[in-house]
Amino acid sequence: MYDEWLDKYEYLIDLGHRLEAFPEELKTEDRLIKGCQSRVWLDATVEDGKLYFRADSDAIITKGIISLLIGVYSGRTAREIADDDFSFVDRLGLRENLSPTRANGLASMIATIRQMAQNHV
Amino acid sequence: MMQVENIRQEFPALAESVYGKPLVYLDNAATSERPRSVIRKWTEMSEKYNANLHRAVHRTAALATEEYEATRDAVRAYLNAEFREEIIFTAGTTASINLVAFSFGEAFVRAGDEILVCESEHHSDIVPWQLLCGRKGATLKVLPVDDSGHLRLDLLPELLTPRTRLACVAHVSNVLGLVNPVKEIVNICHSNSCAVLVDGAQGIVHQRVDVRDLGCDFYAFSGHKVYAAPGTGVLYGRRELLEQMPPYMGGGEMIGTVRWTGTTWAPLPQKFEAGTQNIAGTPTLRPALEMAEAMRDPAVEAEQERIKTFMLNELQRDARIRLYGIPAAPEEKIPLFSFSVEHSHHEDLALILDKMGIAVRSGQMCAEPLMDRFGVTGMVRVSFAPYNTLREAEYFMKSLDRAIKMLEG
Repeated sequence: MYDEWLDKYEYLIDLGHRLEAFPEELKTEDRLIKGCQSRVWLDATVEDGKLYFRADSDAIITKGIISLLIGVYSGRTAREIADDDFSFVDRLGLRENLSPTRANGLASMIATIRQMAQNHV
Repeated sequence: MMQVENIRQEFPALAESVYGKPLVYLDNAATSERPRSVIRKWTEMSEKYNANLHRAVHRTAALATEEYEATRDAVRAYLNAEFREEIIFTAGTTASINLVAFSFGEAFVRAGDEILVCESEHHSDIVPWQLLCGRKGATLKVLPVDDSGHLRLDLLPELLTPRTRLACVAHVSNVLGLVNPVKEIVNICHSNSCAVLVDGAQGIVHQRVDVRDLGCDFYAFSGHKVYAAPGTGVLYGRRELLEQMPPYMGGGEMIGTVRWTGTTWAPLPQKFEAGTQNIAGTPTLRPALEMAEAMRDPAVEAEQERIKTFMLNELQRDARIRLYGIPAAPEEKIPLFSFSVEHSHHEDLALILDKMGIAVRSGQMCAEPLMDRFGVTGMVRVSFAPYNTLREAEYFMKSLDRAIKMLEG
């Protein structure tokens, strides 16, 4: 069970390292996701009715998690994202990270992506 | 002589596993585990002595009151306070400090007065004073720490002015693990007619506390860090000061008589114990402090020393690691170590260590100004209790090395 977790983290760390660089000038207070122990920035742009996300974090596992999220949701319409139940998080076995008390704030990341989508519906 | 292994048997939570690994609990500075004697007392209070204290004449209330007041005597003896009415039961250190901030503030603090706190204080020993200063138009002054984490005692005389009413200092910093020279601070402050409050949240666990020897005016601590039930705590206050302070909260047993024309207060300590007390929790302080005393055993203390030496050596010789709170002599430090790792975020380290079965604390540790002082967004903290072993310390260091390597990729 425990090695399975460490494998998961190895994977997230690798994803985090490979995430496309986030422009320093976008690291503003309004792009900071509240409720995470580490700092997580999220930016969304709309092109042809589709949302494209960019993100960064000063913690690498969190960066891996947000990388997964934006990998799944970038390039989809605001309506699709807003209507999604985010159940893929369960399928990845990250449910434990969803509890609102968890420091890495996966729940806050999801809530922010949802909110951004709703703002564009 | 007690052996650490025998002590561990008394703490059921230490036998738990997480993610299929034996739990290595190194977050004792946040909450310590509880021994069977505490759990028994807690249950006993619920099963046998559950009634409101002090007021009712029935037998159950009398027994509950006896338990509660016997706890006050035990705490008085443990702290070597002069009078039992100097022991006020609260919900914890934070509640104790807020009580003083309000009631001492009402009695003694006026516009233009000053309160002094240390740069290394916990938020619970900062924010109540900010609130007090806001209410009264008083000024909050800060005694800084140096790069090793020691208080700049040389600056104390010039920071104290005739307007300084109270100085607030942790007995032991919850981040740096350094034992502050409280006695010396008290002497300097008292010769300046300034009272001293000691935040004893960590100190009560790792130091012998004698409030008369320390000479402090207030000493605050929590039960849950010293093996007792959560939601329990103590404020020791010098009787002379407590008598001059108005109540903090009104209601319940804190009254003398209540009339529309005016209300009078109960004598100490009830004056400061408004509302229904923590009937089941507070009496656990007695077995908890007995356990703390029992663990001051030569064999146990020797293991603690081995852990401290090992951890200090390991953390200081690793070039990737920066340790905060460097003692000038070993006895200046409790077995609590906060550090940061170059290129590794504290949260990442804590998440990986968790999956290795190790409970540590990461983040700001309720000491944001101190994080700013050292230029970090957070740290990792490992804090040992007398029931921890050198083997656990070794396993921690091995796991930390593995976690750092994982993060380097």
